[in-house]
Parts: sequence; structure tokens; C-alpha cells
Amino acid sequence: MTTIEPMPVIAAERPRKSFADRLRSGLPKLVLAPSFAVILIFVYGFILWTITLSFTTSRILPVYKWGGFDAYFRLWSQPNWYVAMQNLAIFGVLYIALCTAIGLFIAILMDQRIRAEGVLRPIFLYPMALSFVVTGTAWKWFLNPGLGLEHTMRNLGWESFTFDWLVNPKMAIYTVVIAGVWQASGFIMAMFLAGLRGIDGEIIKAAQIDGASTVSIYRRIIIPLLRPVFLSAFIVLAHMAIKSYDLVIALTGGGPGNATELPSTFMYSYTFNRNQMNVGSASAVMMLMGITAIIVPYLYSELREKKQ
Amino acid sequence: MSAAPETISAGSARFTRFFIYGALIILAIVYLLPLYVMLSTSLKSLDEIRGGDMLALPTDPSIAAWMKAWGEACIGVSCVGIKGYFWNSIKMVVPAVVISTLLGALNGYVLTKWRFPGHKLVFGMMLFACFIPFQAVLIPMARLLGLMGLSNSTTGLVMVHVVYGLGFTTLFFRNYYEAFPDELVKAAMIDGAGFFKIFWRILLPSSGPIIVVTVIYQFTNIWNDFLFGVSFSSGEASPMTVALNNLVSSSTGVKEYNVDMAAAVFAALPTLFVYVVAGRYFVRGLMAGAVKG
Repeated sequence: MTTIEPMPVIAAERPRKSFADRLRSGLPKLVLAPSFAVILIFVYGFILWTITLSFTTSRILPVYKWGGFDAYFRLWSQPNWYVAMQNLAIFGVLYIALCTAIGLFIAILMDQRIRAEGVLRPIFLYPMALSFVVTGTAWKWFLNPGLGLEHTMRNLGWESFTFDWLVNPKMAIYTVVIAGVWQASGFIMAMFLAGLRGIDGEIIKAAQIDGASTVSIYRRIIIPLLRPVFLSAFIVLAHMAIKSYDLVIALTGGGPGNATELPSTFMYSYTFNRNQMNVGSASAVMMLMGITAIIVPYLYSELREKKQ
Repeated sequence: MSAAPETISAGSARFTRFFIYGALIILAIVYLLPLYVMLSTSLKSLDEIRGGDMLALPTDPSIAAWMKAWGEACIGVSCVGIKGYFWNSIKMVVPAVVISTLLGALNGYVLTKWRFPGHKLVFGMMLFACFIPFQAVLIPMARLLGLMGLSNSTTGLVMVHVVYGLGFTTLFFRNYYEAFPDELVKAAMIDGAGFFKIFWRILLPSSGPIIVVTVIYQFTNIWNDFLFGVSFSSGEASPMTVALNNLVSSSTGVKEYNVDMAAAVFAALPTLFVYVVAGRYFVRGLMAGAVKG
């Protein structure tokens, strides 16, 4: 990797650089500096600020009185927080598993020299262009027990058909999974499809000559070769699952009751509606720790690989 | 070679093709269904919605609900429709996209062609900023915007979106310029071209594709944002997504599903339009944001 050092020659000739020279050689850093400063303050500084708030007794407004680990104790003794964590576990696992499975399935189907690929691809992918609020609104209507799917099925003659997940506290979180999978699985399909297209055709030809069946070629050769895509898909989906906020708000509003509470909705309501800013901050710190645990090892390995 | 196995394999091949196309068509219908229901509901009258079938085509399609959503629907206490919020979003998106893309291009240029000790750490720190849960910066940002007198303003939202978009725009341009030959930059330097001249004359003219990718990515993300909008603005100053949510979740009066759906269509139109016009770049942006390089 070649790097360009800005004009080292002049510096050797003259004992002191003129102001103009120094400006010229410092210019690149000067251009980058504002952006970096902004990131330092608004990302890292603000994270420290939030961490600080989580150790104070802040309620409706920030106060800087030391409260120790009180907010964390309170957070972990909230039944609501356990509901949120449990829902995140259900949502996260199903969302990641279903998006990956469906995405891979469609990608494999699409990779069979399909005639209408150009028509089908955008159909699977367009939900990703929509706002979560639009997705939530559309699915809220689609799953509406009174007028939506249930009503339609009964009209079609299936009188006993019941689909009340949206208003059923035990099942509401699964509607979030359905809408989330609908939105993101097409994107995961595109990732897998790109991965499939990148596989060397020679390997597959060799396996075919050896008499391997299509199923075993996929199971033994192609899917293992897609490991990096599985990893990327996992990272993307896990990260989206933890951050998920808009979708729940638009689809269920966190309800019925607190049945679809997630850490993100918990953080928002405790901070801005329930006036427990320190507990809200503590939950934000928890979310940050969750994402850091997933992202940092990934970024670290990615940046290292590039070096070699 | 005997004929029997060949007929079997031909038959099973035909069955496989049948299965593949059948599965793809069913899946495509499932993926299209919510959009279809959204559109057809927005074209129906309330009576037809209450009495009829969600999947049925509108018997007497009318854009009355669209007109109402745009100009008359009540959001909170004011009944002037979503048009104001739509413009709020436009006024927020355009400057935020332009500024963050420009800064991202400059950052990417410095981080690849004018490397300095520690450039990797700087890039790593900017990259991590893409992935943080915004909940971790929400309270300080609300405080700062309040102190600066920018809370509940479009300017404030532009600033927020520029700040938290910088990581991604820098990532896009860095990865793109990484592949740009250093020799061209070196040759220009020997010819006496300066920092900005090299950027302007050599890198920028060949940056078309990555500019499109970045602009689309930023446009979609900022237009679709809800968390910042709902946290830092309220009432008349809200962006489109927040207004849509307020409209749909309001429980006063008769629930007008057709108006809700029409408003949702308005909120979806700009990003869908971009997707239809430049889908290839849209996907590339998503991929670049997901899988590095």
C-alpha cells in the first residue's frame, strides 16, 4: 500500500518552514479535522455524557449529583425492562433466523437461471426502501382483526378464522417479527445472491462431474462458501434488531399494555415520558454495550484483514 | 446410455423448474400484498372499506382520500393535512444530504490519498460511529439543541443528520477512493497541483457512481428517520414520518383508514421513486453500508 507524504523535500532544505508551507502540508488534516472533531464530540463525548447521566440522580432534567449504581439497580429491578429484554430475545432470534433462512432460500431460487429475475428482484427488495413507520402503518392495517386479514378470510368462507395477534398481548411481538422480516429479508436475499454470483463456477462443475446431486452441492460446497455472507447478514440484522424502534411504535405502540416493549422504546419512554432520565440513560448504556459487543470484534477483524 | 433414466431426469427437471417458478411467484405475491392493500385501501371509500373485502379492488376508485390526506387531515389540533410536514422533510433532507456527502467525499480523499500516522484509528472511530444505537446520544443532543435554540427546528434536524451521517458518507468515499490509482494523484502533484485542485480535477470527475450511491443512501435514511424527528421536533416542525405516525395513532374521531393509507403512500413515494429510478445504486449503497468495501 503506497501512501503519499506531502512534500518532504522542502523541509530538508530550509530550517524553518514558512507559514504557507506549513499550511499546505497541514491542509489535509485541516480538512478532516472538523468532521473528526464533530464525531469526537457528538458521538464519543455524548456517549460519555449519557454514561455520566446514568450515574446521577437525574429525573426530569439532568442533575449532576452522584447516584452511584442506583439507576442500574433500578433498571434491573423493573419488570418492564425484563419484558423488553425478553421481547428483544424473541424478536432478535426470530428476525435474524427467518430473514437469513428466507433470504437464502429466495437467493438460491433466484440463482437457478430464472427468466424474470429483473422483475422479481425489485419486488423482494422494495420494502427496504420504505420507512419503518410506513411498514408499521401498512401491516397494522393488514393485520387489523376487525377489517384486515381476519375479516377477509371470514368473507372468503372460513368463518372460524381468527388472527388477533396484533391485540393479543401474548402474540403481539410476533407481528413485529412478521413485519420486520417482510422488510429486511429481501435485502438479505440480495446479499446472498451477490455471494452466490461470486462463487467460482469451476468448483461446482467439478462437483457435478463427480456426480454430486444439486442438493449436496449446495449443502456441502456452496453454503459453506457463503460463510462471510452469513456473518455480514448476522451483523446487519443483529444491529437492526437492537436499534429497532420505529417499527414497534408504528405497529403496536409498544402495546397492548407493554407487550411489545423493546429496550429502545423503554429508553424513550423512561427518559422523555416517565421522567426517569437516569434509568433511561442506564438502558441506553446497556443497548450500547450490546451493540459494541457485536460490532467492535467485527470491525476489528475487517480492518485487520484489509491490512494483509 | 439407456433412455429410461433420461426421461426420469427430464421429468424431475421439469418438476424442479415448476417448483422454483411456483415458489417465486407465491413469494412475490406475498411481498407485494401489503403495498397492494395500502394502495387499494387509499382509493376506496370508508363504507366500502367497512363493508367490503381488504383484498378486493376498489369498485369506485377515487383520490378523495389522497386529497384529504394532503390538504385537510387533522394531525394533532391542526387540520391542514400532511403537506406542510412533507415540505419539512424535503427542507431537512436536501441540505443534510448535500452537506454530509460533500464532507464525506473530502474525508474519504484525505483518508486515502493524504494519509497520516493514525489514519486507521481515525477511520475506525468514524466507522464505529455508524453503528452506535442513537439512544446513547439522544439526551445530550436534546440538551445541546435546546441550549443552541435549535430544538424543534429544521436547522437542528439538518445538523443532527449531517453529524450522524458523516460516518457512512466517509466510509463510502474512503472505500471508493482506496481503489483509485495513487499514480494519478502523484503525477498531478509533480505537475504542481495542490490539495483541492487534485480533488476537484482528478478525483471528483470520476466519482459519479459513488456520489449517486451516497446521495441515495443518505436520502433514504434521512427521509425515513423517525427517532430523531420524534425526539427533537414536535407539532408543525415535525418531519413526514412523525406526522404520519401521529395521524395514524390518533384516536379522536372516526378512524379514516383510507386517509391513513393515503398519507402512508405519500410518506413512501419519494423513497420508492428513488428506488424505482436508481434501484441498482440503492442496493449497492445498502451493501456498502453492510459489507465493507
